[in-house]
Amino acid sequence: MTTYVIRGVRPYGEAAVDIVINDGVITELASPGTGLGEVIDADGLIALPGFVDLHTHLREPGREDAETIESGSQAAALGGYTCVHAMANTDPVADTAGVVEQVWRIGREVGLVDVRPVGAVTVNLDGTHLAQIGAMANSAAGVTVFSDDGKCVHDALLMRRALEYVKAFGGVVAQHAQEPRLTENAQMNEGALSGKLGMVGWPAVAEEAIIARDVLLAEHVNSRLHACHVSTAGSVEVIRWAKSRGVNVTAEVTPHHLILTEDLVESYNPVYKVNPPLRRKEDVLALREALADGTIDALATDHAPHPHEHKDCEWGAAAMGMLGLQTAFSVVMETMVEPGLLDWRGVADRMSVQPARIGRVATQGQPLEVGSIANIVVIDPKATWTVVAEELASKSSNTPFAERTFPGTVVHTFYAGRPTVLGGVLA
Amino acid sequence: MRHLLSAADLDRDAALLILDTAAEMAALSDRSVKKLPTLRGRTVVNLFFEDSTRTRISFELAAKRLSADVINFAAKGSSVSKGESLKDTALTLEAMGADAVVIRHWDSGAPYRLAHANWIGGSVINAGDGTHEHPTQALLDAYTMRRHLRDGKGALEGVRVGIVGDILHSRVARSNVLLLQTLGAEVTLVAPPTLLPIGIETWPCEVSYDIDAVLPKVDAVMMLRVQQERMQAAYFPTSREYSRLYGLNSDRMRLLPEHAIVMHPGPMNRGMEISAEVADSDRAVMVEQVANGVSVRMAVLYLLLGGAKELSE
Amino acid sequence: MGSARAHDLRTVLSGDDIARASRRIAHEIVEKAKGASDLVLLGIPTRGVTLAHRIGAVISEIEGIQVPVGSLDITLYRDDLRLRPARALEETSIPEGGIDGKTVVLVDDVLFSGRTIRAALDALNDVGRPAAVRLAVLVDRGHRELPIRPDYVGKNIPTSATEQVRVHLLEIDGSDSVEISAQGAQ
Repeated sequence: MTTYVIRGVRPYGEAAVDIVINDGVITELASPGTGLGEVIDADGLIALPGFVDLHTHLREPGREDAETIESGSQAAALGGYTCVHAMANTDPVADTAGVVEQVWRIGREVGLVDVRPVGAVTVNLDGTHLAQIGAMANSAAGVTVFSDDGKCVHDALLMRRALEYVKAFGGVVAQHAQEPRLTENAQMNEGALSGKLGMVGWPAVAEEAIIARDVLLAEHVNSRLHACHVSTAGSVEVIRWAKSRGVNVTAEVTPHHLILTEDLVESYNPVYKVNPPLRRKEDVLALREALADGTIDALATDHAPHPHEHKDCEWGAAAMGMLGLQTAFSVVMETMVEPGLLDWRGVADRMSVQPARIGRVATQGQPLEVGSIANIVVIDPKATWTVVAEELASKSSNTPFAERTFPGTVVHTFYAGRPTVLGGVLA
Repeated sequence: MRHLLSAADLDRDAALLILDTAAEMAALSDRSVKKLPTLRGRTVVNLFFEDSTRTRISFELAAKRLSADVINFAAKGSSVSKGESLKDTALTLEAMGADAVVIRHWDSGAPYRLAHANWIGGSVINAGDGTHEHPTQALLDAYTMRRHLRDGKGALEGVRVGIVGDILHSRVARSNVLLLQTLGAEVTLVAPPTLLPIGIETWPCEVSYDIDAVLPKVDAVMMLRVQQERMQAAYFPTSREYSRLYGLNSDRMRLLPEHAIVMHPGPMNRGMEISAEVADSDRAVMVEQVANGVSVRMAVLYLLLGGAKELSE
Repeated sequence: MGSARAHDLRTVLSGDDIARASRRIAHEIVEKAKGASDLVLLGIPTRGVTLAHRIGAVISEIEGIQVPVGSLDITLYRDDLRLRPARALEETSIPEGGIDGKTVVLVDDVLFSGRTIRAALDALNDVGRPAAVRLAVLVDRGHRELPIRPDYVGKNIPTSATEQVRVHLLEIDGSDSVEISAQGAQ
């Protein structure tokens, strides 16, 4: 294997070094200019542990028209990711060892990121019968995160059982909190705007009430809970309270919920249609604060590709979801780093360390030290870039950031010691 | 003006222009030859995804009286073909040279998408989109009120209007609140709390749960259709209770001032929001609303299509 | 500004001239129709309506009976509709007895290309079937583009195509006069 030297890079924005990588591992942090091997110039750039996404939709098997494990992995690598958790709402649903092993194997063949399949909580995501959690945990895929994402495990008894059952496998239930009865046919956040536009609203309480119930259940049965795509200020309050009581709960927030608000829905452009929906400015600010102080542990993209025809139509007929892998880091730079809410160690924590810990992925989120596996992302904090939807690596182009200019670019990505992205393009 | 998508698109001058033009168009129906050559050679397409015979006929008549060619497109609209239909249909109409598309659709915002997605080049008239808006209904309602309460001229300053019924799901209510405010009227909405949207306090009108308190203080009361099926989603316990608390019956009609008129956009649920006696009384102007609808729609079609084609805004 | 105007504007009809012309037209109408019994005067908005009312008043004075006077807006029948954004409509008011079997006298202030009158004839056609249609104008300035000719003319005033003829009437403009302004001048 080649020896690589990332020359003159600043780990966590601190003092510059040459990171020497041998056989997939960081073997030396040498004085700048002294490392030996194939040199990759990184003068003025910052190194962070490779990003880990807890929440991605790779669409394979079943919706390969929107994305495949390969195209999704490419998007991930270009976004600085070295590990993604692929959600289970594929077709067929990932509720058996067979499907998760298939996803895992294809991910390894593509070889650009660690693809960690997420197993469904219930058979076919129907919310009535537990899926074969044990089989999935013990499979080659080694599933540790279980989620019916896309749908909510709304039945209280079933959620209790799931929380109890995963304890045997060191697993975590990641809940998509959405009380179905309060959100039937909901199109956007419920508030003055939804009333004005005549759209069925998705009230914040439909998310908060489920999270409130789940943290108490998790406490009662002494299990781990993870809250997917937290979107409201109220949910942040509930999680903060639960953590103060010692509940073993973690939470994630999406990049789009850190920056976009519901007023974009007035354009009726379905690129802004997402679940949970875009909320108010107050929610955005509360989420940023929570990510800064750690109440929200992780940034997770909820990358949700959709083919053109599911977005190029009227709002009510459009699918919900936005791309996120390639723009996530830039959004964090603009909303958290530039205003001083997170420093580089903080970014590493929220985008790599915590997600790896929550997913129990020992090989990811490791510190940039000698002996660590070389999953590294090198970013340029001073560069800017403009998002061109058609040029993104994803097979789909439903990004809400088309034509927007962002700070911060991903320059190089190293996965298990090999470069997957060099100079901003796939290596 | 290139499209008519929302009552909010109309400022006071534009609204009055439409109403005044409609007044001239109304005289047409008294002639033996009910035809004007103005839109000869223009093609108007009625694109109705939701069934509505009366509105569609009204637009069709309006277009034909102006000598336009009318095409009626009743999209089947199965839930399977929901998404694909609108864009492909629009492209087909564009290829056929539609100058205007009158669209009624179950999705809020569909006319807006049609007007701004670059699928068609003609004018778009919103004939009702989901529970969002129905601007020509508000215009014909304002026209009717002005005829009875302001001698057919000017705006509606100081006119007090009560709108009663399922506000939450009513595009007629939304368009009316916007247009009536533009024309200077004072609006009070009356409904049970379950049928009022969150954020109603931000609307430019008053709100009340008590119809009996409001009726003596209005010059016009507009009753909105309340579907019996709403009972299934627990918006009210029974139709009987709804009707008892919010229905306009003969007793309640007596609470209205002498000169006040009773309106309803139709179709009516006799016995639910309005009793048969009230519907048939001489205070009720529903039949006239229908006639006014044709004049108002003629005015809208003329103003959008009668002159030079405006370049995109 | 003032002196430049004096150069470019010339008055061709004074208030008295207009009054005399209107009286003469009224007499001519009555003479040709052998009375006023089946007459209807329809003015073309805006100033044609004012003139129609004045002529109607004179006829009533001469014949001792009320002549029905109304207005006929021709906006929707114009042949140049598509050249400018949609115009606001003027009032159309057909007198009670209608026009079927009547002698309709269209009244307008200035006759130019003839297109307005062509539109008025089309409009009349959709309103009813008059026994005869006559045309009375205060000023005929020439340059006909269609085979239209007036029956009663206040004054023939040859003009160049670029000149502008301005008719002022007391009821609308505060004074009576007809002026011509030179090419291009406002």
